[in-house]
Amino acid sequence: MKIRISNGRVIDPANQTDRIEDVFIAEGKIVARGTSPAGFAAERILDADGLIVIPGLIDIAARLREPGFEYRATLESEMEAAMAGGVTSLAIPPDTDPVLDEPGLVEMLCYRAKKLNCAHVYPIGALTLGLAGERLSEMAELVEAGCVAFSQANVPIVDNMVLMRAMQYAATFDFRVWLQPLAPFLSRGGYAHDGELASRLGIPGIPVAAETVALFTYLQLARITGARLHITRLSSAQGLELIKAARADGMNVTCDVSINHLHLCDLDIGYFNTHCHLVPPLRSQLDRDALSNGLAEGHIDALCSDHTPVDDDSKQKPFSESEPGATGLELLLPLTLKWANDNGIALTTALARITANAARLVGITKAGHLSPGARADICIFDPAARTHVSREKLKSQGKNTPFLGLDLPGAVRYTLVEGRLMFER
Amino acid sequence: MQFDAEALCLQLAGQIRPHLKPSTVLIGIRTGGLWLAERLHELLGIQPSPGAIDTSFYRDDYGAKGLHAHPQRTEIPFSIENSHVILVDDVLYTGRTTRAALNEIFDFGRPACVELAVLVDRGGRELPVAARYCALTLPEPLPSTQTLQLERAADGVLDLRLIDA
Amino acid sequence: MHNPQLNKHGELQHLLTLDGLPRDVIASILDHAAPFTEVAEREVKKLPLLRGKSIFNLFFENSTRTRTTFEIAAKRLSADVVNLNVSTSSTSKGESLLDTVDNLCAMQADMFVVRHAASGAPVLIAQHLQANGREHIHVVNAGDGRHAHPTQGLLDMYTIRHYKGDFGNLTVAIVGDVLHSRVARSQIAALTALGVPEIRVIGPKTLFPTGIDKMGVRVFHDMREGLRGVDVVMMLRLQNERMNGALLPTPQEFFKVWGLTAEKLALAKPDAIVMHPGPLNRGIEIDSSVADGAQAVILPQVTFGIAVRMAVMSMLAGQ
Repeated sequence: MKIRISNGRVIDPANQTDRIEDVFIAEGKIVARGTSPAGFAAERILDADGLIVIPGLIDIAARLREPGFEYRATLESEMEAAMAGGVTSLAIPPDTDPVLDEPGLVEMLCYRAKKLNCAHVYPIGALTLGLAGERLSEMAELVEAGCVAFSQANVPIVDNMVLMRAMQYAATFDFRVWLQPLAPFLSRGGYAHDGELASRLGIPGIPVAAETVALFTYLQLARITGARLHITRLSSAQGLELIKAARADGMNVTCDVSINHLHLCDLDIGYFNTHCHLVPPLRSQLDRDALSNGLAEGHIDALCSDHTPVDDDSKQKPFSESEPGATGLELLLPLTLKWANDNGIALTTALARITANAARLVGITKAGHLSPGARADICIFDPAARTHVSREKLKSQGKNTPFLGLDLPGAVRYTLVEGRLMFER
Repeated sequence: MQFDAEALCLQLAGQIRPHLKPSTVLIGIRTGGLWLAERLHELLGIQPSPGAIDTSFYRDDYGAKGLHAHPQRTEIPFSIENSHVILVDDVLYTGRTTRAALNEIFDFGRPACVELAVLVDRGGRELPVAARYCALTLPEPLPSTQTLQLERAADGVLDLRLIDA
Repeated sequence: MHNPQLNKHGELQHLLTLDGLPRDVIASILDHAAPFTEVAEREVKKLPLLRGKSIFNLFFENSTRTRTTFEIAAKRLSADVVNLNVSTSSTSKGESLLDTVDNLCAMQADMFVVRHAASGAPVLIAQHLQANGREHIHVVNAGDGRHAHPTQGLLDMYTIRHYKGDFGNLTVAIVGDVLHSRVARSQIAALTALGVPEIRVIGPKTLFPTGIDKMGVRVFHDMREGLRGVDVVMMLRLQNERMNGALLPTPQEFFKVWGLTAEKLALAKPDAIVMHPGPLNRGIEIDSSVADGAQAVILPQVTFGIAVRMAVMSMLAGQ
């Protein structure tokens, strides 16, 4: 189908453009911007007057809960959430049940996702079998099956020798290694940032050292092994400083932060709000402000939703017994816009964190930008409208988010995947 | 309406005096009834000193009104087993306070008998309660908007006042 | 998530923590407790206040001592008391905490007394009752994780007031494992609310939580220095599992450095009182000569504890 998106303000961070122009789509690709290609007869015209047209969002951390946790969410429900959130590509952490450590499982996941014909799915394979931190997974086969990187999700490897070997092996193929900086013993038995609030509430804490000590180790091992290291979900100012120092030192290391850690801090736990039970824990206001600056200045490459749907029963428990995580696919864009608005950050810069930069981290070349020839994955949103976060309106099966009840800026109007209109409101 | 509380007090002591027994003890209901009991204790020379009851924990309106804001101790520093108890209150109204006090007394033991002494019976009974000794019975029951209140000045002089709500 | 323990009129709906509880509410509980102390001396140790009310002692963590004091308090108020040791029943069958609560609500519970190993469990129950239109059911926190043990904190305050009269000029020392102690948190909150000018904590760094200096206390590691001139010494219980390992080398060393002996107690004011929430670890936190000595008020604490719990329950149920 030939589609013309007319009169929208087109922001394409990858190409550093921001202007009102038309976008022409044919056969699932962007064929032109600005002037119509010769003989282009649009079968559908999307009037984007007053709207903003951007590349479909790339969320580098979204748990769809399949296989294994279908009572929490299914591919169907979460794909619908992705479409409603303007997210057209998803990188999926390996902590499913069973974990993504077998090529067959990865193929099945990719097949199921493809059949649904919604967002593109990019699985992240398990670095070690069962995430147990003992034996390496079949990385080469897993990449053949569709994996774009390898990680341990939130399960740190205890044995540093295994970690070093895993990084070495991945480096053999120049595979990406994504690691969550959590020192196993320093984070064990903790559920919140080890600060005043946790002390008052008597919630066992996780010190910042759990992040920094792990980062020291990871950075050092990456130097030795030459692994392509990406640090996931930074939570602290001190952690960010370590990354900055390593980069200043010429090291090629990337990192990301979640929408939760960008906007919230430990005080948001209030009186045992389990929606704020997250991994890593929400840290202090100073940490949050440092992460915000780091993301604005480009020290942090990407912003992700860290989408983790959790069923109500698993949240309605005492804080330490509750399941960590928050739903986020539908909040990624509004919270990016809120961040930009609150901090006076140019839209091109802010949106790069969820499009072009994210694409680079996952290794996506055909999407994340709006150049002619690109996959026609597009999100069109109304910057003047508001997204009200409520249990009823969330399409995700997980209704667990600290942002429930808030009115956030921006609302997705259309989502296109390979030129197909998948969502409109 | 004017009352001479001191005169009523003497009158009440006069009523009680002929009926005193060796086993007679006084128990006053806090706060007014206790003042009165202390006065009767002096006038009649009864030993031991009067006991004090706070009926907060026995009130039948706990379910509706909750715990009284300032409950005080119930102090009955003598055995009431087989004694002749004179329960003293300032004003007899619905009879509910008397009921609460009676229940509480029986948690301390089994007296031989309990009699009620009040300064004024203002009418308006809701329970089958009658005072054996009563200095003044109002001819007409007081309307519920009015309160009769015993007060004690710094010098110990008692005063009975009628207050309109 | 707000703290649901006060209703919109500022009245006590549940008792979950002393942290943030206004001074006048704490003082009012202590005032109410006073007349209840006398009931224990009666022929019939019973008041009719909670006649016909059903109180469920929901103990997800074993504690015979605390459960017994709540049970006695409830029974002296004429309530019907049901003891549930949930650690050995439903949850082992996989029933969730809130399912257990809903089940008991269906049995017309009027009050839950909750003990749980996880911080915030009673808060969750109170929030759940509130969210389901069951505001008339009250929750009393009988100790949750490291969070709070408000009735213990209150009975400690009652004890201090009984012996010292006023809080305005006191120096109070809390000694031992503050990190894991819900009792210490409730004590610090109450002492602060009641205007105690100097609250000290004494112990090793491994047993203090992060940011303790911001809780309004003076931190001491030297026991002798910390005890100098204090009016009240509140010892904390050291749990067995914490005596050997990464927090402390041995109970012997703990006793040597932070155990309360007559010689160390002599540094406090001559009329200082010694308190302990029980059960005692003699020879670990406290020397027997001190525990049984003239300055110890450990047994009166237990007696006052019943009156304080009666006051709390009757104030809540009468709301």
